[in-house]
Amino acid sequence: MVEFLTFRDGEAAQEPAVTVESFTGQSNSTAVRIEAGEDARELLPYLDRLSLVEVNFPAYGDGRGYSAARILREAGYQGELRAVGDVLVDQLVAMRRCGFDSFRPDKALDDAAVERALNRYADVYQKTVDGRSPVWAKRHPESIYG
Amino acid sequence: MYRYDSYDQSIVDARVEEFRDQVQRRLAGQLTEDQFKPLRLMNGLYLQLHAYMLRVAIPYGTLSAKQMRKLGEIARKYDKGYGHFTTRTNLQYNWIKLADAPDILAELATVEMHAIQTSGNCIRNISSDQYAGVAADEVTDPRPWAELLRQWSTFHPEFTYLPRKFKIAVIAAEEDRAAMRLHDIGLKLISRDGQIGAEVYAGGGMGRTPMVAPLINEFVTEDEIVPYLEACLRVYNRYGRRDNKYKARIKILVHELGVEEYKRQVEEEFAHMRTLGLNPPREELARIRPFFANPAYEQGLSEDIDRSDPAFALWVDRQVAAHKQPGYAIVNISLKPRGGIPGDASAEQIELVADLAERYSLDELRVTHAQNLVLPHVKKADLYVIWQKLDEAGLAEANLDLIGDIIACPGLDYCSLANARSIPLAQKLSERFADAGRQKELGELKVKISGCINACGHHHAGHIGVLGVDRKGVENFQLSLGGSGAQDAAVGQITGPGFSEDGVVDAIEKVTDLYLAERQEGERFLDTYRRLGMKPFKEAIYG
Repeated sequence: MVEFLTFRDGEAAQEPAVTVESFTGQSNSTAVRIEAGEDARELLPYLDRLSLVEVNFPAYGDGRGYSAARILREAGYQGELRAVGDVLVDQLVAMRRCGFDSFRPDKALDDAAVERALNRYADVYQKTVDGRSPVWAKRHPESIYG
Repeated sequence: MYRYDSYDQSIVDARVEEFRDQVQRRLAGQLTEDQFKPLRLMNGLYLQLHAYMLRVAIPYGTLSAKQMRKLGEIARKYDKGYGHFTTRTNLQYNWIKLADAPDILAELATVEMHAIQTSGNCIRNISSDQYAGVAADEVTDPRPWAELLRQWSTFHPEFTYLPRKFKIAVIAAEEDRAAMRLHDIGLKLISRDGQIGAEVYAGGGMGRTPMVAPLINEFVTEDEIVPYLEACLRVYNRYGRRDNKYKARIKILVHELGVEEYKRQVEEEFAHMRTLGLNPPREELARIRPFFANPAYEQGLSEDIDRSDPAFALWVDRQVAAHKQPGYAIVNISLKPRGGIPGDASAEQIELVADLAERYSLDELRVTHAQNLVLPHVKKADLYVIWQKLDEAGLAEANLDLIGDIIACPGLDYCSLANARSIPLAQKLSERFADAGRQKELGELKVKISGCINACGHHHAGHIGVLGVDRKGVENFQLSLGGSGAQDAAVGQITGPGFSEDGVVDAIEKVTDLYLAERQEGERFLDTYRRLGMKPFKEAIYG
């Protein structure tokens, strides 16, 4: 069973993540945890000193964390972006596409199911922040937009 | 008709395998029903009162004969021989076994169809105008954009767990045949200085709190529709309410923020989104567009229709609409026979319509949000033979947009959400007003029935709407008047205390009697209601 899943090279960040409020109120922390409903954009001035952002999913159906992740990556955040909470195997692909590169689910995931989920879809329709080339770019490799 | 390339096919095939895997885990006991529920709901599979219901997507309501034939075959093989066409232009099978669902999806995939995002809190099937491509009043065929948006919305990673379901319609004509402004987002394509773009409406919807969507942008160019929609959706995903499912639709967000503030937030997000290169290049729209190009119409066809058979002439007058191409016509097929179940078709009827589409309509047909079917490209010279075949199959009802053309949700006969039965009421109404002369006399009169507050039967948008509620264990029907889903979109007003099933049929009769007595030259029911207001109708009903 998989309790922690990472797609990053090297050690996972170990520092305990602090709340957004305490993070923006002090200067020495490098790890922060975003709760659903908190504004990821509050972190944008501090991206350089962050090494870990945890995004909590209180319930699998609460999709705010997907926007939070994508906003951080769109703003150029390069550090670890970790999904925690009610994270299910069937959500890994969408989370990866929104920029998450590590996962600590409340309930451990089945290794084989993770493997199958991650390899199932060879193609995607949207351009996001994961660097994957969307189907429209593959169809039009000559296009300057691709 | 759009055709899949290897990318589209591989994505749909992968989905079939993914779902097969999930069903096997469920059947083997590795997943509980609670764990399985969100997975099956992502694929249009509902556990209803008596069986599983599978909802198949019919993107923007366009089908080929081969696809339609497959729908009939599935009805025969896996259902009790019926399919039910819905107000989202989808098709539902009401008697599905869980173990069969993956095989059904595999069969659908062989004809480039799927059930992706026909349920769940995600972007649902994109709907459009059933006359797209053949209407004389359209700026352009909206379906290439609808297909572009189908692809964009398929497994969109950021917008798969929205606060609530999200429905998008795309139209391109002045006449709104798709209830565009009752969608979460409605796009109306227009031309400005020779460039195509979209008027964007946001925050419409039915349900518990019906709203007609306000205009939030007068012109988004075709090159920026995707990033603009991403901005609309992101604001909604972040700030839409998640504490109460009845307040979670985007209409509540737009209403609570106010249109101007929602627009401001979208504009701010859009300023960012447009820098990210999210819109497919023009080449992609150019690739899609030829699939919807005019078919090879014959030239120099006769405009004459032999009207010597009076029953046929009646049908032509009601069911046939003008086509942009000389010599051709648009045929509307009513799925509202006298005393029937609105939107239901037997496997044999589905297959017959497939055959007619193949032989007489350049291999194409459409599904309408009013739960009827359309043959979009019929030679006028073929109308009589088509009518004869429809008549033999019980499909030649001449009641388009008349009181017999009732929209009704499946209601308590099938649906686990319902509070009341919609179908028996629709059947009673249909019987009460069965006389063809009386229907014609009443003229355009859109009756819409929902069996619960979720409003799948679009009752808010009915000229006459009926909502079934549960009052202390007894079915009770509330009547509303004056709604419209067309370009004059409006939400109907409740008349007053509700009725029993027979009582509401009587009340509707009183309403129509008053209309006939009070109408002025050329007025439809809706016009008379708007002129007179509720008061005289209320007096007629309760007085």
